[in-house]
Amino acid sequence: MTLIRHELRRAWKSLTIWTCAIGAFIVICLFMYPEMKSQTESISSLFSSMGAFSAAFGLDTLDFGTLKGFYGIECGNILGIGGALFAALAGISALAGEEKEGTAEFLLTHPLRRTEIVTRKLAAVLIQITALNLVVFLLAVGSIAAVGEAVPWKEIALLHLAFYLLQVELGCICLGISAFLWRGGLGIGLGLAIALYFVNIIANLTSRAEVLKYITPFGYADGAEILSKGAIHGTRLLAGAALAACGVTAAYLQYRRKDIR
Amino acid sequence: MEKQAICTEKLTKFYGKARGIRELDLTVAPGEFFGFIGPNGAGKSTTIRTLLGLIHPNSGKARVLGLDPTGRERKEILKRIGYLPSDTALYTGLTVREILKLSADLRGKDCTGRAAELCERLQLDTAKKVENLSFGNRKKVGIVCALQHEPELLILDEPTGGLDPLMQHEFFCILQEANRKGVTVFLSSHVLSEIQRYCVRAAVIREGSIIACDSVEALSQTHARRVTLRGSLRKEMLPEAREWNELGGMVSFLYSGDVNELIRTLAREEISDLTIAEPDLEEIFLHFYGKGGEQA
Repeated sequence: MTLIRHELRRAWKSLTIWTCAIGAFIVICLFMYPEMKSQTESISSLFSSMGAFSAAFGLDTLDFGTLKGFYGIECGNILGIGGALFAALAGISALAGEEKEGTAEFLLTHPLRRTEIVTRKLAAVLIQITALNLVVFLLAVGSIAAVGEAVPWKEIALLHLAFYLLQVELGCICLGISAFLWRGGLGIGLGLAIALYFVNIIANLTSRAEVLKYITPFGYADGAEILSKGAIHGTRLLAGAALAACGVTAAYLQYRRKDIR
Repeated sequence: MEKQAICTEKLTKFYGKARGIRELDLTVAPGEFFGFIGPNGAGKSTTIRTLLGLIHPNSGKARVLGLDPTGRERKEILKRIGYLPSDTALYTGLTVREILKLSADLRGKDCTGRAAELCERLQLDTAKKVENLSFGNRKKVGIVCALQHEPELLILDEPTGGLDPLMQHEFFCILQEANRKGVTVFLSSHVLSEIQRYCVRAAVIREGSIIACDSVEALSQTHARRVTLRGSLRKEMLPEAREWNELGGMVSFLYSGDVNELIRTLAREEISDLTIAEPDLEEIFLHFYGKGGEQA
């Protein structure tokens, strides 16, 4: 527990800033919803008639005038991108950060197996992701209630669950990459999260690229699809779980035999 | 091999094509105060990092306290040793007290009493944040982390860098006290006076290989003599003289040839002052490096 506590303490500021930023954007968006709702017709027709752009962001499937549609597009993108960036940063800095800051020598000369270090670092990353998502979920639900709308529990819960799993997957993949790095890797983490987001947009644009949805976690965390079908795409989720497992396995295998510089 | 505090057999580590250490054989007995001498890049830190399991050897064997540092026994080794790196990097944002507690907690030990005693002796302010510490004070934190859990074996890599002379003295007092209680001390340094003053045995490492390993006393005993004189002696008069220095009428050189020949040559010249002494360890060290390891 000492190492997990230590990791959480070190990550406390970053976690707070990311949680506040994502939570605040979602709260602001939701408080704007009543005004948007009054302009429903013009906004919906505008957003759904932008061709490929509408398809790319799921605007052709969702009705922007309803709370679910508005939440799925606006808040989904905020939590989707923001959460993905946070998870990638947390994962990529978990192991490589120690070497970048020169503290790996301090940590690895204490009586801990390398596998124990990976396990505890992974646990710390998952706790951070869980904490961020719990707070954001509560803020979102509270804000929906505060603006006088009925909370669509199932849809909101499914959306948040999908984004949570997306972040877990990215965190695990980045932890795996982190085990191979010696000098941090924030750029790699951020780049990967953004690249996977755009891979999903490409997959949304043409059915020929749909296979890409099995590669990117944004494929199963697609707000438009989840809200229209009322479920998370199971096969894509399984593919994501397999990639996350690969990331964690790579972290264990590589870190066990890694030379610490 | 099992009974030694440290034992390596043909331990080899290359970083890609770059040499780290090559077929290194080293033995440190339990309870020894052992010196490990070599200049930067000779392979001292590579040896230490291999012993700690931070890096993996390409070939050869290493045993620390009879255990294998590259496998499952590494955790047991780390429980029983204290390590002070040459550059102590610590987690920023924490106070010294928090770092010491973190180190103790990671070992699953309550070291409060010993840590307080060491901090007092080393005059370390535990309320300070790590990022506000000088290099010397960071080193002191490293020293307390290495010693507070009362290990059986201390591995110290350039331990006195940044410490003022008073603190160096106090630090060596602490080490000697620990050594008297049976703690093995493995001291890596290029400060030869430290090795000469405190260590019983020492090994000299050069380009990744041990070129001499003996008691410090034996290493210091050599046929070579440091000759210092005031007079008109010229280098060509003594072909076997090395490290010839002339400054302000003074001539100084190392001589390992026939003593009678030296005396006859000196007698022929006008000499107003003369000392002939055993060279110190530093000179022997330079000799090892200058002659590719051939004993003086």
